[in-house]
Amino acid sequence: MPKVTIDGHTIEVVEGTSILNAARQIGGDSVPPAMCYYSKLDVSGGKCRTCLVEVTKGSEKDPRPMPKLVASCSTPVMDGMEVGNKTSAKVMDARKGVVEFLLINHPLDCPICDQAGECDLQNLAYEHGASGTRYEEDKRVFEKIDIGPNIQLHMTRCILCYRCVNTAEQLTEKRVHGVLKRGDASEIGTFIENSLDNEFIGNVIDVCPVGALTDKTFRFKSRVWFLNPMNAHRNCEKCSGETVVWMFGDEIYRVTGRKDAYGEVKNFICNTCRFDTKDLAQWTIEGPRHIERDSVIGQGHYELKPTNTVKEIG
Amino acid sequence: MKSLTNRSLQVSNRKMTLMERIYLPAIIGGMFITFKHIFKKKATVKWPDEERSRSEVYRGRHVLKRDEKGAERCTACGLCAVACPAEAITMVSSERKKGEEALYREEKYASVYEINMLRCIFCGLCEEACPKEAIFLTKELMPANYERSNFIYGKDRLVEPTDSRVDVSKRQEPAVVMNKYNDK
Repeated sequence: MPKVTIDGHTIEVVEGTSILNAARQIGGDSVPPAMCYYSKLDVSGGKCRTCLVEVTKGSEKDPRPMPKLVASCSTPVMDGMEVGNKTSAKVMDARKGVVEFLLINHPLDCPICDQAGECDLQNLAYEHGASGTRYEEDKRVFEKIDIGPNIQLHMTRCILCYRCVNTAEQLTEKRVHGVLKRGDASEIGTFIENSLDNEFIGNVIDVCPVGALTDKTFRFKSRVWFLNPMNAHRNCEKCSGETVVWMFGDEIYRVTGRKDAYGEVKNFICNTCRFDTKDLAQWTIEGPRHIERDSVIGQGHYELKPTNTVKEIG
Repeated sequence: MKSLTNRSLQVSNRKMTLMERIYLPAIIGGMFITFKHIFKKKATVKWPDEERSRSEVYRGRHVLKRDEKGAERCTACGLCAVACPAEAITMVSSERKKGEEALYREEKYASVYEINMLRCIFCGLCEEACPKEAIFLTKELMPANYERSNFIYGKDRLVEPTDSRVDVSKRQEPAVVMNKYNDK
């Protein structure tokens, strides 16, 4: 099994593991951020360039460094490989450039966007980006298209990660949306007006790293940091039924899948659970979700047992 | 037990002298101090006939600004509410409909925006948090009232009227003003 050293941490991984996944096995600061790679989806990754790392030693047999920074999500590890992520000044500088490019056409509408507070691009820009912009031209604009009663598309916010296309391709029988046109004119669309209504298509909301695809049933209802995310489950014929319900008092404002530390859902959930089951009586609440201390969602959040279990004891 | 710090005073129960017992010297001394104050400058101001001068950046009651075209700047992002240490701000957001572009600046707006002035501590953190330069504190004082419910200020009292705009240019940081200038 190949041994790889990332930021000074050595780990032995299975042959064929990508550098990104090896870093995720180490965890902590050595994990490169990823905007397009999604471990639950095949053929994702290699598009956003945020996971660039520096390979200072190719392998034990060929110790020459790789000439350019490589995308860690699609580069397999070699035995004796040495990788620099946070410790490499070159990587940090390149990532700053990548963020700047991603933000060129991304509108500054975080105050309006429903994704704000749990947005991967927001986190990425906060950690790696510059505070100002050098871009003076107008940002791209699109004609608004309606893609169904449950999903809201904001094409201006899209970073073309193809995650939603992969999700529809791999999760549903028939994909009706895709990326049309080329270059900076590319856009997510259905070409002929069509609505996304497969039973599992709601998952494109969860996989979207930005606010390009958001929940219409939650549109402008509240901000994520005013809500209390609770782990909940129900008996569902279509999916695992394991979700997170975002509550405000006793009201469920929205339902999402359970995401791990890298923002990837563990189990894809069906549209019935996501859009149509907003009654508290239909869910069994397990308890509050753990929220990172530095997350804005953590404000006013206490990880105590839910009140109904307290009542049972008392 | 003996005190550790040795700073405590022993209580004495000694008899007062005659001068102390008749109290007169103490009374005269006290009245003399009172009399002296008649000739001093008064510390109080007869409000509301007279007003004490306040700084240009005094933190008084809030205003929700409109932009140059008269559209409300607030987009109900909730950052003021999350910044508020007194939990005084609440809001409900709505989506702007077609034809309301002149009323609201962004596609989302606050249909209800309430500040509980009894909770507010006038710290100005809402003003600092606002990404849209919508909420500002003003030089104006908060008026008194008899009813507690009247202290919950809604949009009717917070949004500035189109005919009498509130000048907040003195409160804006140079960097913000520079940024605005560059936009135009």
